[in-house]
Amino acid sequence: MSREPANGAPAVEARGLEKRFDGTVALSGVSFTARRGERLAVIGPNGAGKTTLLTILAGVRRPDGGSFRSEGKIGWVPQGTALYHRLTVAENLRLFARLEQVADVDAAVERMLDQTGLGDRRDDQVATLSGGNQQRINIAAGLLSAPAVLLLDEPSTGLDPRQRERLWGFVLGLADAGTTVVYSTHHLPEAERYATALLILADGERLFAGTADDLHAAVPPSADSDLESAFVAFLRQSGH
Amino acid sequence: MRWLLLKDLQILRRSPLVVALLVAYPVAIGLLIGFALSGDEGKPRVAFVSEVPVEEGGFDLGTGADEFGADDAKAELCKRVECVDADSRAEAERMVERGEVLGALILPPDLLENLRSLAGLDPAQPSVVVLVNEDDPVKAQLVDDRIQALVTEANLILSQRVSEQAAGYLDLLIEGGRFELPFLDQSFDVLGLSRAERILRAVRRELPQGSPGRELIDGVIRFAGLARENLGLALPLLGAVAEPIAVSKTVVAGDAPSLDAFAIAVAATVTLMFVTVLLVAGSLALEREENAFTRITRGPVGVTGLLGEKLVLGVIASFAVTALMLAVLTILVAVDWARAPLIAAAILAAGAAFAAFGAAIGAAAREVRASSLLAFMVSLPIAFLSLVPTGVVSATAYDLLEVVRGLFPFAPSLDAMSKGLDADGPALGLALLHLAGLTLAYGLLARLALRRFA
Repeated sequence: MSREPANGAPAVEARGLEKRFDGTVALSGVSFTARRGERLAVIGPNGAGKTTLLTILAGVRRPDGGSFRSEGKIGWVPQGTALYHRLTVAENLRLFARLEQVADVDAAVERMLDQTGLGDRRDDQVATLSGGNQQRINIAAGLLSAPAVLLLDEPSTGLDPRQRERLWGFVLGLADAGTTVVYSTHHLPEAERYATALLILADGERLFAGTADDLHAAVPPSADSDLESAFVAFLRQSGH
Repeated sequence: MRWLLLKDLQILRRSPLVVALLVAYPVAIGLLIGFALSGDEGKPRVAFVSEVPVEEGGFDLGTGADEFGADDAKAELCKRVECVDADSRAEAERMVERGEVLGALILPPDLLENLRSLAGLDPAQPSVVVLVNEDDPVKAQLVDDRIQALVTEANLILSQRVSEQAAGYLDLLIEGGRFELPFLDQSFDVLGLSRAERILRAVRRELPQGSPGRELIDGVIRFAGLARENLGLALPLLGAVAEPIAVSKTVVAGDAPSLDAFAIAVAATVTLMFVTVLLVAGSLALEREENAFTRITRGPVGVTGLLGEKLVLGVIASFAVTALMLAVLTILVAVDWARAPLIAAAILAAGAAFAAFGAAIGAAAREVRASSLLAFMVSLPIAFLSLVPTGVVSATAYDLLEVVRGLFPFAPSLDAMSKGLDADGPALGLALLHLAGLTLAYGLLARLALRRFA
């Protein structure tokens, strides 16, 4: 799997994003750029502002300051499955395609059923699917409008290793097809394995933007060479 | 919005328990209210036993008016209660004990004899026997009130007849005439004060001036005149004693619909309230529980669009459920369907207000279970408070109640439904305006609360 940064034009670009909740700073002047086809992992400790950043990019929340732009539509996959469990797989996809005002609803639904490999479960209620399959449909719902940028908020939470493997296979396929993927995660090996670029947030501030190799280079060498150790060392070094 | 509505209806269709409740609840309420209203105008069942010997016939206190007997007493009773014939006091007791009747009225064998004695020189107090089963305080109060009212009315009739009799005697004393002895086949002439005065005046004219007898006769003439005038004054007084307080009723406030229409309006409003508030609150909370809220509202639909869809869902559900309840009621009681447009307007306005109220609850609670609990805990007391009539609490407490009632959709919905069902109900326009205001206010509250949903 490629860990090389994409070299295309910026697909999404944020400048000085600010957000406060009841006086508490959630984001403070966060800027970053994700290029076309890039897989950007947003990592950071709890309360760092990862979800806030993604919800602002998704248009769910308005920033108090700063701005962002994207080269095309932004697809949004919230944390946890955002589907109606009593509706079937096809009914969910059809509903969200209609709400996204997709031109050819049936074609979009068929395309997503094909991509997720869940065509044979189309008439099953979502409640009857496994967690992994629910998450695949969840991501598919975010892709119905064929977005240029896909935002995933902790997409692998609650999945077992086999389900995670399948999920990332699906996401990498999207990125290979040109979709820019921005995802948040607590699972550092996922960032190391699947991301081409990292954005580290802590207490609402951007601490780092670059590749995993850049992060390793930014901290003193240690016996543990994995990303998790470098991340912890970087946070400590940055006073967090 | 229509796709969201379709989605909610699909989800509803796949919740058989909720669908069953949505159908069964109005049908059950309709049947219950229908049976309650169609059951002999809601009269309580009272057993009637007459121990008065049949050969005694009736009594007339010697006034010459129609006789009043046991059959007449029964007819009077049956105007107010549903009479159930019992053959004996023992059977009546059994019926009361078993709860077959709310109470029993027994006319003892000496009733007519004692009634007749009221016109004689040695009056005895007539009495009737009432048996009640007081296993339920409400029931006991109902029976007490009905029988007390009946006895009071009987006493009034008797007192009027006694007064009429006394007035007849007085008239005889003043004007003179033929006196029939009550219950005896004898009569005699009574001179009367007027005639006595005339005779005395004639005798006086025959006596010479300065005669000592003339002075004595003058004293008797003065007494006769005075007695005649004062006894004449007693005649209207007797009428007043027979009915000391006459009631003149004037309605100064309130437009009361018929009791049936009011009962139907209460049932319809309660049904509409629970179905709409629970459905909308639960449906909105479900959007968050399913985690789909942000996915829906970030798109073209938006938060306001979602809120609007929930209001439409609530109005559709309230209309369907209330119409079903009224249709079931029609089988058992008369609903004036000529007023259908007004009924529909009332349901739609009430449905919108309750839907907005439910949306505010759903947005505040954010979980389906919490929203259902909150909806019950808020709606039920408001409904009870809205049914408290004037005069049963202090003026200050009632003013406070009026404010609380004004803030929730139950009272204006009840007013609108009452007017929709009955031409004598309160003003419909004002109630519809009130409901529109509440729809707007609760819609805004829900919109504000939904800010926390994301």
